[in-house]
Amino acid sequence: MTQAPLLLSVDNLATHFFSQEGILEAVDGVSFDIYAGEGLGIAGESGCGKSVTAQSILRIVPKNGKIVTGEISLIQNGESVDLVQLDDRGQEIRQIRGGEIAMVFQEPMAAFSMVYTIGNQITEVIRLHQECSPSEARERAVEMLRRVGMPQPEQTIDAYPFALSGGMRQRAMIAMALSCHPALLIADEPTTAVDVTIQAQVLELMKDLQRDMGMALIVITHDLAVISELCDRVMIMYLGKDVESAPADVIFRDPKHPYTVGLLRSVPELGEGHSQELDPISGSVPSPYRRPTGCPFHTRCPDFIPDVCDVHMPPQIELGAGHRVRCHLYVQD
Amino acid sequence: MAQADAVPNKVNTATDASPGQSLEQPKENNGPASADKVLEVTDLRKYFPILRGFFRRQVGEVKAVDDVSFHVNRGETLALVGESGCGKTTTGRCVMRAIEPSGGSVLFRKRDGEEFEITTLTKPDLRAVQQHMGMIFQDPFSSLNPRLTVLEIIGEPFVTRKLIRGRRQLEERVAELLRSVRLDPTYMRRYPHAFSGGQRQRIAIARALALDPDFVVADEPVSALDVSVQAQILSLLKELQTELHLTYLFITHNLSVVEYLSDRVSVMYVGQIVELGGTSAIFQRPRHPYTEALLSAVPVVETGRAGHRRERIILEGDVADPSNVPQGCTFHPRCPYVQDVCREEEPQLIDLAGANGSQPHYVRCHFAEELDLQGVRHSLH
Repeated sequence: MTQAPLLLSVDNLATHFFSQEGILEAVDGVSFDIYAGEGLGIAGESGCGKSVTAQSILRIVPKNGKIVTGEISLIQNGESVDLVQLDDRGQEIRQIRGGEIAMVFQEPMAAFSMVYTIGNQITEVIRLHQECSPSEARERAVEMLRRVGMPQPEQTIDAYPFALSGGMRQRAMIAMALSCHPALLIADEPTTAVDVTIQAQVLELMKDLQRDMGMALIVITHDLAVISELCDRVMIMYLGKDVESAPADVIFRDPKHPYTVGLLRSVPELGEGHSQELDPISGSVPSPYRRPTGCPFHTRCPDFIPDVCDVHMPPQIELGAGHRVRCHLYVQD
Repeated sequence: MAQADAVPNKVNTATDASPGQSLEQPKENNGPASADKVLEVTDLRKYFPILRGFFRRQVGEVKAVDDVSFHVNRGETLALVGESGCGKTTTGRCVMRAIEPSGGSVLFRKRDGEEFEITTLTKPDLRAVQQHMGMIFQDPFSSLNPRLTVLEIIGEPFVTRKLIRGRRQLEERVAELLRSVRLDPTYMRRYPHAFSGGQRQRIAIARALALDPDFVVADEPVSALDVSVQAQILSLLKELQTELHLTYLFITHNLSVVEYLSDRVSVMYVGQIVELGGTSAIFQRPRHPYTEALLSAVPVVETGRAGHRRERIILEGDVADPSNVPQGCTFHPRCPYVQDVCREEEPQLIDLAGANGSQPHYVRCHFAEELDLQGVRHSLH
């Protein structure tokens, strides 16, 4: 982490949605850095803004959403580009999408078009980003499919997405995302829609690919165990805020924010037996339209300090190397 | 209803192949032991026809559930685990006779000892028996009618069965049920959309418990919920079980949940039970290669404390197609320990622990006794 160059730097990003019900602050002041070749996990419950963060990076935020403030700098060959300033339909961002930064989605059935073969769709990506003949592109696609462990890639390249099983489709989608050797791969819930044994296959594959191709990885998931398998650093989000971020081994051994502690305690852990005590977080995530004042977590927090947490937004506090937390408990004065 | 005639009721030759029955016979206290079983399922089968062409000719069948036998003891939780397409949900529905099984028998025993053969009951009788069974579904967003208030949703079983006539009385009963699932009874006039996922699942649980059932089938009740809410629902289900003396058939794919909640577990693969026994026994030392692989596939949070990184077993390929089941052992194309005999001969479900008097442990594998399989390593704290 010390010598690897900075690849992507997100600074104070805020993405809001404007609808009739009001302004939805989906992402509200999130900052993080990604270095080349490293894995970052973004975790949180539904509605915490983890997917919108990814969409903001690729500038594919749905129509009624808008990046309000912040900078997303992509650093390539010593040059820095602020993705926020680019036209979201312009040539430049199109070169970056699928080229420098690729994305894998949760539901592979929705990511592929049903009326083209997977080979068709993968070669399209290759030909958009690299200058090569159709036959060359096809060769590369076959090579990529073989790399992701697709059986008989020469035949399956002509298969339609519906003819493939869930695990195979997930592999095909990873092949499509990786076909242009991106510097950064964003995986949004990559294993949520597949079975446990397939999940193990996909996780193993992503680990191998990340190591071999030296790409950086952002994994977005609600499953902390998946992050533990793939990532070096973790960022926990809650209602659009990055409540805690730290190296993976630190956060799982010594979580600081009460929300992180609660998340880790509320999942039954394999190997802990029948008698393990779950310690669920009370209540549920409040509606994003009715965001609590002060710290967004104070309504559910076991360590709630009256007149502090419900009034003031906690500042971000640096606890150790790369360990930042937004909580009044750690404010020194 | 067309049932049983589609498939001749094959007599199972291997006596030890049906755990529900063979197990208790040699024991002396046969009476009370069998009376403690809420449910005895024997050779349950559900084949779905595959129809093709203009005349809808049957060209094959999907063996969704194939000769499944198990029993559920009163007050316990039996978990059915497996990947998608293994038949766990179909089993749960056949047991309730929410869908018609193609064959086999399901014996249900009420709290007072009265027995019912679910598969042969007439419609009105079935309805009377179903009063003693509840069901909780996976997705609380689609299992609750959006046009009914909570009062109507939970009160519906009383109204349709004409159990409560007075409006006040109905409201009192619904309020009581809402309190039992830790919801505020003043919410009963709201519609489902006003509730969060976890609250909706509580409403679904209250509805399942409305008629004071003995037996509840819970089909993936926490899979659609947020992580922090899953834990709330799991603890609630555990508390309700002790309060109301419920028996659960818990259908899930999540092995951590199985370990947390269930007393016994039945692992299914392509319509068959491959391993059945006490949860802690199976998790500590699985005897079927599929169970071993399932357990090792679960990702765990690495705390770095115990240093327990296990060797992960990655299974090749996908779950077999239940309409085209492989010959021999259904698991052989993915099994890391496969031998020639596995490709040809179908293994029977045999009891491994029956001989030495401990809890029965059924395995469907030719090499169950030889293989030394790895279970879950228990952490040290």
